Amino acid sequence: MIRPGKMIQQVLSSIFKKPATTRYPYVKASMPGHFRGKIKFNPEKCIGCMMCMRDCPSKAITIKKVGDKKFEAEFDLGRCIYCAQCVDSCLKKALEYTNEFELASLDRKKLKVTFHAEPDKGPETKA
Amino acid sequence: MHKVIIPIGPQHPALKEPESFRVVLSGEKILEFGYRLGYNHRGIEKACEARTYIQNIYLTERICGICSHSHSSCFIQAVEEIAGLQVPRRALYIRTIVAELERIHSHLLWLGVAGHEIGFDTLFMYSWRDREVVMDLLAVITGNRVNYGINTVGGVRRDVTPEQAKEILKGMDILEDRTKYYAEIATQETTVIKRLSGVGILSHDDAIRLGAVGPTARASDVRRDTRKDDPYAAYGELDFKVITDTHNDVYGRTIVRVGELMESYKMIRQLLKNLPDGPITVKAPRRIPAGEAIGRYEAPRGEDVHYVKANGTDKPERVKVRAPTLANIQAVSKMLENRLLADLPIIIAAIDPCFSCTDRLTAIKDVEGGAQGTMEWEDLHTYSIRWYRDRGIEFGAANKKLSAMMEGKK
Amino acid sequence: MAHLALSLFYILVFPGLLFLSVFGLAAEYVDRKLYARMQNRMGPPWFQPLADLLKLFGKEDVVPEESNPQIFRLMPVIALTAAVSAFFYIPLWDKNALFAFNGDLIVVLYLLTIPTLTFFLGGWYSTSLYAKIGSVRSVTQLFAYEIPLFMSILSTALLANTWSLSEMTAFYGKNPVYIPVNIVSFFIALIALLGKLEKVPFDIPEAETEIVAGTFTEYSGRLLGFFRLAIDIEAVVGASLLAAVYLPFGLSLPPAFGFLFYVVKVLFMIGLLALLRSVFARLRIDQMVNFCWRYLAPVAFLQLLVTLAVKGVFLR
Repeated sequence: MIRPGKMIQQVLSSIFKKPATTRYPYVKASMPGHFRGKIKFNPEKCIGCMMCMRDCPSKAITIKKVGDKKFEAEFDLGRCIYCAQCVDSCLKKALEYTNEFELASLDRKKLKVTFHAEPDKGPETKA
Repeated sequence: MHKVIIPIGPQHPALKEPESFRVVLSGEKILEFGYRLGYNHRGIEKACEARTYIQNIYLTERICGICSHSHSSCFIQAVEEIAGLQVPRRALYIRTIVAELERIHSHLLWLGVAGHEIGFDTLFMYSWRDREVVMDLLAVITGNRVNYGINTVGGVRRDVTPEQAKEILKGMDILEDRTKYYAEIATQETTVIKRLSGVGILSHDDAIRLGAVGPTARASDVRRDTRKDDPYAAYGELDFKVITDTHNDVYGRTIVRVGELMESYKMIRQLLKNLPDGPITVKAPRRIPAGEAIGRYEAPRGEDVHYVKANGTDKPERVKVRAPTLANIQAVSKMLENRLLADLPIIIAAIDPCFSCTDRLTAIKDVEGGAQGTMEWEDLHTYSIRWYRDRGIEFGAANKKLSAMMEGKK
Repeated sequence: MAHLALSLFYILVFPGLLFLSVFGLAAEYVDRKLYARMQNRMGPPWFQPLADLLKLFGKEDVVPEESNPQIFRLMPVIALTAAVSAFFYIPLWDKNALFAFNGDLIVVLYLLTIPTLTFFLGGWYSTSLYAKIGSVRSVTQLFAYEIPLFMSILSTALLANTWSLSEMTAFYGKNPVYIPVNIVSFFIALIALLGKLEKVPFDIPEAETEIVAGTFTEYSGRLLGFFRLAIDIEAVVGASLLAAVYLPFGLSLPPAFGFLFYVVKVLFMIGLLALLRSVFARLRIDQMVNFCWRYLAPVAFLQLLVTLAVKGVFLR
């Protein structure tokens, strides 16, 4: 059976429907709970095994020893591919993923995120 | 009649990726067709040798943006075979669920692209709108819309919860409804049929002779499907049909893909119903013992093959990828015989080409001499120095000058 | 002197170039918005066509070295002028067109053919391969849709027994009973108009996925802007022509209402065109020519016979 203009019904009814487009920058988009976004680092849990550094496919994470049993992590958000393998590799669960995904920046320096090891102040982000 | 050669690509609106096709036309008729691969070569196989197996999962996943799960699963199957790992059944089921969701997303994407290539943008917009449903489902299960990262050596990284299973089933109902509608469009809308039927004929014998795979082969009535021929993951326990068609043309390929969509919905329902309990991963060694294996996998576009050779370290010695497009692209010249220029975009699109999957080698051709060969890094280096020297640019001198300047600054 | 000033005002401002440009852009907006909504998309904001045009006008013109620069530069302007001049002979919201004489119907139809010819010449002389293929296709297509279009409009003219558009609308205004006689030719003319405006399913000359932008591949900046404006205006003029010939209602309303009614009629035509282009796939050139000669032209011919019969029986 051949019918020219088969879609005409749906096309006409679409005029009166709300567009499927999401108005993204104006209306915030939400990501599902398990979304692999920006990685968070908890310095107090880190034991400095460097497994995350070894497994990172893009060498985006660097763990530095800054004192006795104190470690800080530096992430390069420009390199990170958000696979969250480091979260899986971490034996002490010092790394976790967040829902944050709007990470683009015009400034290259802002893509470097350092989590300092200051136990009383907690994790802190510094550009 | 006057002959003209027109270039389709490397940059052309019909192509979503850079690849070069040269078409010799007489009027609108295609006389000759030639293609050159190599514009997307990224050296992934070589890069695999410098990375650990865990890192390679994410690298192979990025061979292709659409069938990312296919490539990583194919790779991991080969690795697991070498290591002799017994992957838990639940992990295999979850892998299969993601694989079928990926097939749904890929086929819906193809439907939209095909619509766009024949100038039917409404179909394109509708099918991509509905594809969002499956993309969101993939994000819920795996944590991202593309590059799912669900695989790991010896299992999967994430479990499917009962709530997620419910959500998937809901999504399948919506998509099944829509797919039935698209099947009606493809088989009833006059202009679509006019553009698709009789276009890009690939006979049954030619499909076998040229080694076509996937929906391209199945539309020529070649019953070739790795899921049935060599069942992997959970496919051996599933009840599904291999969709074939006897039209041999683009119309047949559309029918096969729409039919496969319906089969995928059926499969996902079965998988979720029979999802076994148990662990989702088995402990895998970091060093894979020496050995070699071939992974076979039915990607949405056809059979994907990965060859992995391990040497006892944590890095593979050799990885070789044969993407389905490489098998299918040979058939394109045959399909284009005696066709018109207007059919070219849809014929190329009908094999659902993925050029970045295909490009595993860059061959440099001497344009004047016509000689062809490969160039090593050293050859390329000396060639580039000579090329610039011929044009009056001396790199040695420039380098010296530059370093002198840098020294001066310090 | 006053007469000349008035004529200039008519030609350049209202209802001439300026009004037509604004109306053309508005019609493009309606077309794009409707097309988008039919595809369940948002569509552009109201100023998008104007913004596109201003952006093009602000850019440099690139003239290919191999092309014939005079013809390359001249064609967009000719296309624009031809489309605008056709507008003056069509009765819009008044019974009479701005300028009318016996035979203006033919003039309008030929003026509407000129833009297609400029596409051909502009594309051909820009020497790009894509543009050449596109321009050959646009002329091939011209031969296919032009005959049905002429025949269908001719049948209405036959019934009214005049070659003047103004007299035709006057006739149908007086005898609205005869309007339904031409209903088939209305649809033929609408389909042919799709071909004239090079829209899906007849956008073969600029089929994006095959030959990039066809005729307009080498055009950029102001010249492309003129072409786009010419196409917008051609759409309005074509829609006005169809409205004047097939929907000659409300011409004796007071000017303000008549004007509003005219705008509604034209936008209705634009909406119909948008609907048609959203439900079809692009045909191939051979299929298009086949369709026009095998179905459209014979049906138009039948319409002609029916009209003649009606004329012979009722309008002796």
